[in-house]
Amino acid sequence: MNRFPRAVAAEFAKLTTTRMWWILALVLFGYITLLAGGLGALFGGLQSGAIDPSSGGAGGGQGGPPIDNLPPLIYSFAASVGYVFPVLLGALATTGEFRHQTLTPTFLANPKRGGVLGAKTVTLFVAGAVFGVVGLAASLGIGALVMSAFGVDPLLGDSETWALVGRLILAMALWGTIGVGLGVLVPSQVASIVIVLAFTQFVEPLLRFASMFTEATAGMGKFLPGAASDALVGASFFTLTSPTGSTLDWWQGGLVLLAYAIVATIGGYFVSWKRDVT
Amino acid sequence: MPTGAVIEFTNITKTFGHVNAVNDLSFTVEPGRVTGFLGPNGAGKTTTLRMLLGLVAPTSGTATFGGIRYRDLPQPLSTVGAALEAASFHPGRTARNHLGIYAIAAGLPAERVTDVLRKVGLADYADRRVGGYSLGMRQRLGLAYAMIGDPGVLVLDEPINGLDPKGIKWIRGFLRDMAAEGRTVLVSSHLLSEVQQSVDEVVIIAKGSLAHRGTLASLDTDTAPQVIVDGPDRDALSDALTAAGVTFSIGRTGLLAAEPDPARIGHIAFSAGVEISVLHRQKSGLEDSFLALVGGGDSL
Ligand SMILES: Nc1ncnc2c1ncn2[C@@H]1O[C@H](COP(=O)(O)OP(=O)(O)O)[C@@H](O)[C@H]1O
Ligand SMILES: [Mg+2]
Repeated sequence: MNRFPRAVAAEFAKLTTTRMWWILALVLFGYITLLAGGLGALFGGLQSGAIDPSSGGAGGGQGGPPIDNLPPLIYSFAASVGYVFPVLLGALATTGEFRHQTLTPTFLANPKRGGVLGAKTVTLFVAGAVFGVVGLAASLGIGALVMSAFGVDPLLGDSETWALVGRLILAMALWGTIGVGLGVLVPSQVASIVIVLAFTQFVEPLLRFASMFTEATAGMGKFLPGAASDALVGASFFTLTSPTGSTLDWWQGGLVLLAYAIVATIGGYFVSWKRDVT
Repeated sequence: MPTGAVIEFTNITKTFGHVNAVNDLSFTVEPGRVTGFLGPNGAGKTTTLRMLLGLVAPTSGTATFGGIRYRDLPQPLSTVGAALEAASFHPGRTARNHLGIYAIAAGLPAERVTDVLRKVGLADYADRRVGGYSLGMRQRLGLAYAMIGDPGVLVLDEPINGLDPKGIKWIRGFLRDMAAEGRTVLVSSHLLSEVQQSVDEVVIIAKGSLAHRGTLASLDTDTAPQVIVDGPDRDALSDALTAAGVTFSIGRTGLLAAEPDPARIGHIAFSAGVEISVLHRQKSGLEDSFLALVGGGDSL
């Protein structure tokens, strides 16, 4: 085997020999199951009339709010909410090398540092895709069951559903590589985690919301990573609640995410990866 | 049997900002011998070894194995094994998995992991998480990593630090065996006494510069020896030495004369008619010579 495939195999071994990946996968599955199952039941119930909205106390609308195409929205939770998990995995896998000083044995075994970073990116791309599958097992697996139970067609025979599945897995894979980029850009593990959580849970949603109010900022808002990801997946509750917000095409969203990953990783290579290991 | 390559440092220099960590250092390390790389804390040993291993970029100069820089070695782990001072493990990983990762990266067979764990005496703990290891066990795991490719060159940074007496005895034997097999062994320490029993050659650095290079025995003769002389009438003896122009200090066991030749002191006393009771060369210990070379041992 050549050096690069060996480096990829070693990076996979790193990921699978600590508990982090399956702890995150488990939390991802649980979180998305709750969201997709709960909201699937709520909206499915409203739509099918199984739940009477007037008894909900929220106000007496006549009939449920008509959400057309409920299933893709439910399925997209795996990425629109779950994307933080592959980013965290990538950032933890990368910053952990600095924190535990495992860069020393890593670079001794393979002094081609660019190759090692490339191997980590490939590995986290695949791991992110696996997280996509885990997220879909919750959002699509559980979501479809719940919606069927309420008499909503889960659209499992629809080719558009399966195209969404493919795009969602790609989005999650790209988020994994963005995590690697962030990890080399901000090698302090604590700082990296704080940035991931603050940005994904607070800063970006606020920016996306704020950017909707004028046309110019809306044009910029669609290039935010979360917005690009939603565009790639092709459906999300966020875009639903902002029908005026302009979005990118799915492939443009994919390219924007890819650009974030590349810029962060190359920047991080110079900021930390190729520096002295002391 | 793997054969050792010659390690060659040529004018290697490293500055960290304003700190001159290593200053124009040149020396070679030969196979078949254990070479002690000595100097007080902060002398620049770790920085020098990390430059040798391609982990720290030199400000100028080169360090090579048989003429090849570490990063250009086709099979680095099978050519050079290194254990560096800092423990570099993920605490949540087992020793077997830790080594397994780098065996994969280096394309080494998985049996090597079991082999080296047995060799360093960690076979029974191979499947425990490294986070629970004692310092001595971590040192051994570091050595296992160094041995994984069965390399001809060993580079060990302070491997004796933190070992118990049994571990120290074990590593001394290990170093001797490795050199006897024809490997190149470079081992750093801030204490000469720690490695004195295992090294053939010494390279001593102080404040980033070469202070001494030679065999262990060469340390004995390098510092100016003194003669200890004493007698019933110390005052008369002092006067005689002063008259002869020999400087001295008063020590616990007699007068310490700054003169290498005991015969000359004996002659001075005899000529002055002063009786003497003690006359011998002060043997400065290796450790004293070492401390003298590195500037009185003022560690940073
Ligand atoms: N990453 C670094 N940044 C700044 N100074 C450093 C760094 N690493 C080492 N030094 C300095 O370089 C000098 C040599 O350190 P080191 O090589 O660790 O010495 P030794 O291993 O002999 O104790 C010391 O003064 C130390 O403070
Ligand atoms: Mg040191």
